[in-house]
Amino acid sequence: MLMFLARRLLQLLPTLFFVSVIIFGLQQLLPGDPALAMAGEERDPAVLDQIRRQYNLDQPIYLQYFYWIGGILTGNLGESMRLKESVFTLIAQKFPVTLQLALMAIVVSLSVGVTAGIISAVYKNTRLDYAVNVLALTGISTPNFWLGIMLIFLFSVHLGWLPASGYVSPFEDFWMSMKTTILPAFVLGNSFAAVLMRHTRSAMLAAMTSDYVRTARAKGLAERIVVLKHAMRNALTPVITLGALELGTLLSGAVLTEQVFSIPGFGKLIVDSVFNRDYAVVQGVTLVTATTYILLNLAADIAYVLVNPRLRE
Amino acid sequence: MAAVADTAKSIEAAAGDESPMARAWLRLKRRKSAMFGLGVVILLILVAVFAPLISPFDPAQQAYAFVRKAPSWRNWLGTDESGRDILSRVIWGARASLLAGVVSVAIALGLGVPIGILAGYSGGWTDAIISRITDALLAIPFLILAIALAAFLGPSLTNAMIAIGVTATPIFIRLTRGQVLVVKTEDYVEAARAVGNNPLRIAFRHILPNIMPALLVQASLTIAAAIIAEASLSFLGLGQQPPAPSWGSMLNTAQRFLNNAPWMAIWPGVAIFSTVLSFNLLGDGLRDALDPKER
Repeated sequence: MLMFLARRLLQLLPTLFFVSVIIFGLQQLLPGDPALAMAGEERDPAVLDQIRRQYNLDQPIYLQYFYWIGGILTGNLGESMRLKESVFTLIAQKFPVTLQLALMAIVVSLSVGVTAGIISAVYKNTRLDYAVNVLALTGISTPNFWLGIMLIFLFSVHLGWLPASGYVSPFEDFWMSMKTTILPAFVLGNSFAAVLMRHTRSAMLAAMTSDYVRTARAKGLAERIVVLKHAMRNALTPVITLGALELGTLLSGAVLTEQVFSIPGFGKLIVDSVFNRDYAVVQGVTLVTATTYILLNLAADIAYVLVNPRLRE
Repeated sequence: MAAVADTAKSIEAAAGDESPMARAWLRLKRRKSAMFGLGVVILLILVAVFAPLISPFDPAQQAYAFVRKAPSWRNWLGTDESGRDILSRVIWGARASLLAGVVSVAIALGLGVPIGILAGYSGGWTDAIISRITDALLAIPFLILAIALAAFLGPSLTNAMIAIGVTATPIFIRLTRGQVLVVKTEDYVEAARAVGNNPLRIAFRHILPNIMPALLVQASLTIAAAIIAEASLSFLGLGQQPPAPSWGSMLNTAQRFLNNAPWMAIWPGVAIFSTVLSFNLLGDGLRDALDPKER
C-alpha cells in the first residue's frame, strides 16, 4: 500500500508541474504589454513600473515562472489588484462557501442519482427504466444556470417560499443557511446526479448478472436483500471512482450556480476577477481548483484500492 | 437539405454492399431517439442558415413602444427590455450557438487528432510528455479553464470559441492516442509498415479511417458540451457581446426581469436545452450504432 501511495504521488508531480506551466502561461496570452493590461485604466508610469517589478515582468520568462512558482510553493499566490488583499486570503474566505454548496450538491446527487440508477437497473427495459433514462438525459442537457433561473422564478418569485439570492453561513443561522443554499445545491447536483445515475445503472447491470448474485438468488434470499446487500455493495465501488472523475463538473457548475444565486463563493470570485482584470486572482483560483480536483481523484484512487485489495499489487 | 437527402439515399443504396458505414446507418435509423435528434439538428441548421429570411424582425431593432410585452400576435414569444422581438433573437441566436459548437469542436479535432496520433504512434518520450500535458489540461475543470482562457484573451464570441476548442482538445488527444495504440498493432498497419510506407502516410491513410467512428461519436457529444459552454460563457458576459443575440446573454439579461417578464427567460433556455438534447441523443445513437461490440 505504501509503495502504491508513493508511486501515485510521484505520478502527480509532472501533472502538477504542467498545470502550473499552463496557468502561468495564460498571462502570456494578454495582448500587448502585460503590465498595461494588468493596470487596466491606470496609465501612471510609476504604477506600471511597480507592476513590472511585482510580477518580475522585466525578467526573462523562465525566471518569471520560477519566481511565480517559488511564491506559490511558499503559500504566496500573489495579491489582488482590486481588493488589495492576498489571493490566498481571498480564496480561504470563499472556499468554505463553495465547499458547503458542493457537499450539499453531492448529498442531493448521491441520493437521487444512485437510487435512480439502482431502480433503473433492477427494472431494466421497463417503462420505469426508460423514464429514469429520459430524466437523466434531460438532466445532462439542461444548462444549470437556466434551471437555476427557472427555479428562482417558481420558488422565489411565484410561490415566495425561498430567497432568490444571497448567502447566510450555517454557523450564523442554520435554517436560514439551508434556505439560501437548498435551491443552488439542487441545481448544482442536478447534472451530477444524471451522470451518477448512468454509472450506477451500468455497474448494477453488470453486478446483477455476476456469479455471486446468482449464488445469492440460488440460496433463496429475498430479492431485496440480493439487490441491496449483494449487488449494490459491489456495484457502488466503481461508481465512487467514476463519480470522483466527474467532480470537475461540479466545480465548473459552481461558477454558474454562484453567479445565478449571487452566492459569494469561489465561482463568483473568479468571475468578478475576470471582469476587473484581476489576473492574479484568476490564476490563483484556477490553480487551487485544479489542485483540489487532482487531490480528490487521488483520494478516490486510494479509497478504491483500500476496498479492493486485489489492486494493491 | 437536398444534399443530406442525397447522402442518405446513397448510403441506403450502399447498404446492399454491406459496407460498415451503411450498416451503421441502418442501425442508427432504427433508433427513434437518435433520428429525432438528427431531425432537430437538421432543423436547427436550417433555422440558423435562413435566419434572415424567417425571423419576423431585425433582432437588434429596438421598439420602445413595445418594451417587455408578453407574447402576442405581433411578437409570438414576447419582447425584451428594449422592445426587441424575442423570437427573432432566438432564431439569430441559433447561429452563435451552432457556430460555437461546430467551430470549437473543429479546433479541438484539428489540434487533438494529429497530436494524439503523434503520441500514440511514436511512443517513448514524445508520448510521455504529451500525455502528461494532456493530464494537466484535463485536471483543470472544463468551464474554469475556458473562463480563464476567455478572460486572458478578452471577451468575444471568437475568443470564446478558441477557449472552448482548446479546452476540449485534450479529450480528443486522449481518445485518439488510445485508439491509435489499439489499431497500431493490427495486421494491416504492420503490413503497411512492412511494405515501406512512411509513418505520416500510415497515420492518415491507415490509422485515421479506422478511428473515425470513435471520433465521430465523441465529436457529436462534445458539440453538445461546447454549446452549453458557449451559452455559459455568454451568460457570464465572456462570449457573444451585446447587442448581438446569443441564448446565453439573453438569459443573463432575463434574470433581471423575472418579476415582470418571465417569458424573456423561458425561450432562450428552451432553445439551449433542445439543441443540447438533440446532439446528445444523436451522439448516444451514433455510439450504439458504431460500437464494434454491437456488430
